[in-house]
Amino acid sequence: MDIQLKRGLLDVCVLAAIRDEDSYGYKIIKDMKPYIELSESTLYTILKRLETAGMLTVRSAEHDGRLRKYYHITETGIRRIDDFKNEWREIMSIYQFVTKEEQHDSKTGIS
Amino acid sequence: MTAKQEFLDQLRAGLAGLPQADIEERLAFYSEMIDDRIEEGLTEADAVSQIGPVNDVVSQIIDDIPLSRIVKEKITPGKKMPVWGIILIILGSPIWLPISLVILSVLFVIYAVLWAVIAVLWAVDLAFIVSGSCGIIAGIIGICSGIGIPGIAAIGSGLLLAGLSIFMFFVCLLASRGLLALTRVTAKGIKTLFLRKESAQ
Repeated sequence: MDIQLKRGLLDVCVLAAIRDEDSYGYKIIKDMKPYIELSESTLYTILKRLETAGMLTVRSAEHDGRLRKYYHITETGIRRIDDFKNEWREIMSIYQFVTKEEQHDSKTGIS
Repeated sequence: MTAKQEFLDQLRAGLAGLPQADIEERLAFYSEMIDDRIEEGLTEADAVSQIGPVNDVVSQIIDDIPLSRIVKEKITPGKKMPVWGIILIILGSPIWLPISLVILSVLFVIYAVLWAVIAVLWAVDLAFIVSGSCGIIAGIIGICSGIGIPGIAAIGSGLLLAGLSIFMFFVCLLASRGLLALTRVTAKGIKTLFLRKESAQ
């Protein structure tokens, strides 16, 4: 997959993982696992990028005698998810157009 | 030493040369990741092995950090810089400044000359295209106005030049791509050079 596209998708995936409630690193990886495998270093880079872009905020909270970082989505982050959904609708309609052409081609015997 | 501590120590060693705050933050991040896995019921050894080999983690982290950040960290005078060091740098500036400027200029000129060679190649290709098509057109005009033999000769040489221009096009393309690739490799080389130098200290 195109690197730029994958990066954008992963950003939205991580935002979606913290949309309903604040979450922490390992939980984000676990929640995403059925859909997409994410390494720790990739997640770190994404979280940093999203924090710099103001799409999430970080707070440290004590958990079981140690500190754990929790990530909280901001308004900008929620807007990014909404933008993604709208963009995706456009992409889906382009996809339908592209596959329609293919079906047409296979019927007429041109591949 | 526990498996987790060993992993974190190796990670710290591998990241030496990066900004100190970055290292601490990354270590805290991986430490939390390991603790969360242990809390879920994994043994410490398993939790660490799920993170992956330290070397892989280190190389991925270095790939993610832009060169500009590494260089910036390197040239920003930190607290560790002693006063006499700064004085030496200032006093020595009449010597090291011109020398480094000369070295940088020479390197830049070499690089520019490489691109100039490629520009010349493209120019030759363009000349082939122009002279080739002119030859063909002149030949056709010649034949039409009754100068047969020189006309055919002109078309012939025009076609030859056109053929050469196609060949040249691929030579130019190859050379341009080669130099671009060289540029990228050099950039990566500089990046690792900076880090190696730092971790050697």
